[in-house]
Amino acid sequence: MEMQVVQRARENFLAGRSRPLEFRVQQLKSLQRMITDRQGEIATALKQDINRSQYDTPLLELIGLENEISLAVSKLAQWAAPRPVEKSLLTISDQVYIQPEPLGVVLIIGAWNYPWALTLQPLVGAIAAGNAAVVKPSELSEYSASLLKALLPRYLDQELYPVVCGGVSETQELLRQRFDHIFYTGNSTVGKLVMEAAARHLTPVTLELGGKSPCYIDKDVDLRVACRRITWGKFVNCGQTCIAPDYILCEPSIQNRVVEGIRQTLLEFYGPDPKSSPDYGRIINQRHFNHVMALLDGYTAALGGQSDSSQRYIAPTVVKDVPPHARLMQEEIFGPLLPIVTVSDIDDAIHFISEREKPLAIYVFSSNKKVIKRMLAETTSGGVTVNDVMMHYTLNSLPFGGVGQSGTGRYHGKHSFDQFSHHRACLVKSLGMERVNMPRYPPQNHQKARRVRLAMRTPLVDFSKGTYIWAVTASIVALGLLVTLTVILILAAGVSCTCW
Amino acid sequence: MNTPLDSSCVIDRLRATFRSGVTFPEQFRMTQLQNLLSLVEENEQLIQDALHKDLHKPKFESVLSEIQITLNDLYFAMENLRTWMQPEYNIGKNLATRMDDCFIRREPLGVVLIIGAWNYPLHLILLPLVAAIAAGNCAILKPSEICQATEQLLAELIPKYLSQDCYAVLCGGAEDTKSLLKNKFDHIFYTGSQVVARSILLAAAPHLTPVTLELGGKSPCFIYGHIDIQKAAKRLCWSKFFNTGQSCVAPDYVLCTAQTRDALLPALRETLRTFYGPDPGASLDMGRIVTPRHWRRLMDMLEKSKGKVVIGGGSREEDRYIAPTVLVDVQESDALMQEEIFGPILPILTIESLEEGIDYINRQEKPLALYVFSDETSVVTTVLNNTSSGGFCGNDGIVHMALPGLPFGGVGASGMGSYHGRWGFETFSHRRGCMNRSWLLERVNVLRYPPYSDYNLGWLRWATTFKKNSWGGCSVM
Repeated sequence: MEMQVVQRARENFLAGRSRPLEFRVQQLKSLQRMITDRQGEIATALKQDINRSQYDTPLLELIGLENEISLAVSKLAQWAAPRPVEKSLLTISDQVYIQPEPLGVVLIIGAWNYPWALTLQPLVGAIAAGNAAVVKPSELSEYSASLLKALLPRYLDQELYPVVCGGVSETQELLRQRFDHIFYTGNSTVGKLVMEAAARHLTPVTLELGGKSPCYIDKDVDLRVACRRITWGKFVNCGQTCIAPDYILCEPSIQNRVVEGIRQTLLEFYGPDPKSSPDYGRIINQRHFNHVMALLDGYTAALGGQSDSSQRYIAPTVVKDVPPHARLMQEEIFGPLLPIVTVSDIDDAIHFISEREKPLAIYVFSSNKKVIKRMLAETTSGGVTVNDVMMHYTLNSLPFGGVGQSGTGRYHGKHSFDQFSHHRACLVKSLGMERVNMPRYPPQNHQKARRVRLAMRTPLVDFSKGTYIWAVTASIVALGLLVTLTVILILAAGVSCTCW
Repeated sequence: MNTPLDSSCVIDRLRATFRSGVTFPEQFRMTQLQNLLSLVEENEQLIQDALHKDLHKPKFESVLSEIQITLNDLYFAMENLRTWMQPEYNIGKNLATRMDDCFIRREPLGVVLIIGAWNYPLHLILLPLVAAIAAGNCAILKPSEICQATEQLLAELIPKYLSQDCYAVLCGGAEDTKSLLKNKFDHIFYTGSQVVARSILLAAAPHLTPVTLELGGKSPCFIYGHIDIQKAAKRLCWSKFFNTGQSCVAPDYVLCTAQTRDALLPALRETLRTFYGPDPGASLDMGRIVTPRHWRRLMDMLEKSKGKVVIGGGSREEDRYIAPTVLVDVQESDALMQEEIFGPILPILTIESLEEGIDYINRQEKPLALYVFSDETSVVTTVLNNTSSGGFCGNDGIVHMALPGLPFGGVGASGMGSYHGRWGFETFSHRRGCMNRSWLLERVNVLRYPPYSDYNLGWLRWATTFKKNSWGGCSVM
């Protein structure tokens, strides 16, 4: 079945149907309509999947998606146009440019934590770039998956953008087919399997994975605001966000104040009993619930710690003085548990972070420019937000993606378009100017070789500082000489002048 | 030969160096690039000798396609390094992030592995190295073992000119490469064949290592419509027989009408005579096939071919010589049309129409390069718009890869990723999106916090919805 779906998508792509710009814009606008028309149903599905509050849905998924679509529709012609590049002496009269082209049939594997944003945002890029796309939503968010399967064919071309639902075996079957690009969002274990499957067909991949995103809090910082921002980012979607601050690093002297700041914020956000707040989510399924609860084994919570298995509810939980070797610190938590690890200073924090795998995001809260600069220069991560959490995700001119174990490739905005395109280098020469070409042909000699070497030199115009200074100086001197010459000529012509 | 233990030690040493941050500052990178420049400039003769020994490469070709292209890329990198290293600030912001500092940093990846190829054993390993150094990485070079003289030269010169703590050359054959690949790298850059590429991707998967693959394929060459056949023949011969046809972007085969073919053949004969004289085997400007095994492979293909040899066809086993050879009446099913030729053999396939040629190309794997010789813009445009390939060149061959402004790389079976000039720098860098938020405007932030309400959501929606003429969009999670 999967094979036929992919086959049909390929036939339709080869027929050129997904390429015209008008078609791509029309499909994107249709996707936009789907989101606007069906918001209610989408919110209901998310409530059933993950107990998402009705406000979190537009906030966390739909507004971003709508913005991506609007941007793509507005900029598509510009993105898809040929991009001229620098020439050399030999190519001065030629056309030299990069032409973005569709790749073909791409596979998009979505995730369950933001099933609409993480499945449809890549699709926006794929459509904008002129590809066909097979969409495989996560089966763990089953209501969203079924809804997507029902809705997408009603708004988008079903042959070019089919939805394939199913579990592990259906995904494996899909991965046996040949695609021109695979875009996967999820965990690194499956990420490796996706890469292996792609290797067979030499298929390039984009992997949006995760990791433990550290959050460093400097001691000289407005803790009230910092804690509020961190609390929001950590406990939204019940901690099930790839770029949620996974753990806190701070000096022991401020640890208690941090805990207090979080406690006060939790009260503001969810009231004294988060379980009864309509704005607090649940864990996706029993298996993940058990997994997260197991991480807490042997540790006493400084805040929260309560749970209710029947509802898959885990209270917003903070644990103090967590040792680096604790199980809590060995893997991505992906839940509402917030460990605090104490470090002696910024050096210690940087060392701690650099010893570990490259995370998807790093957060640093500080009023000290030097601290911020050091954190940026001495660590690496997919992305960074300073003095807040997660917000770098929201600006679509910033590339969003991981590095090392947190992923490969990037998307959002134009980056999505570029990720799903092939950038074809084009040089269109004329058959004229053949005399310029003559030195390169055999039979060869010394003079010819020298001429070719010279002509190959790029850049054509040297924009270095030295040349710039030379050019300005030379212009001034030349101007001066010109003025002097003019004066001399005037004097020689005997024209009297009473200027001096 | 390096043992697996040697390799691990070297990699660990490089990793420790990388961790110390010594490769990050612009000054360090510039110094290393300058040293690499000296390496090439001061050893030109040695390089030419090694290339002649390995490939019988004519001096002209060594200078043009190995030395000069490397020097150009070095000049280009050194002149632009500062600009490339700057954080990119000129990116669109929106209402919500107006007060914030938003920029993209380019950061080094770590320890990268560069595996070279035998056909241009110098530039195919040094150009990626230029990019890796410029991007602030440490690098392991694994030159092709087929070109032993060049391999030895690199193993000797690199430690002499470049920092030994940051860059190392590891030599060895297929087995050694396999065990080298068991180690973790932060990027692998491979130039070579599809078969080996697959095993490299499989080795990279468990470490989630990103890979750049510069592969090959059958690069088609259209000669169609109104065309100055003499000039076309010259450029075609030059690109086809340069390096004895052993270029990943050499025009592999020609597609033209019977009429064009009949005009082309005498032009090809004349050009070849001008280039190499009546006996190309005696010309100093004609190269040789790299090894007896590769020579045998080409001779097999030629023997099995059902096409008619109209030019050349001669060969000599003792010095691995094959004459520039052209065949006509070659069908799709011919032995010469099943795999990349990579030799001085040029099949001509006859087509009745441009569409037929385009259909044929689209039935094959996407090639690394595609060529069209035609005076008619419509022909060039039709082919461009209806095919895909790594790169494209109209009315010439190969030269598009000499422009550092153009990305050089494949698509589909011809590869993934690209390099040359800035593109190499980007390949070996991580683009880190950074947002430095202001402490102010917390009152605006309040809109996103629970307890949620319709009122807040309404305002937030208004503030963050993309407006058509603004720079970018914003969503608040």
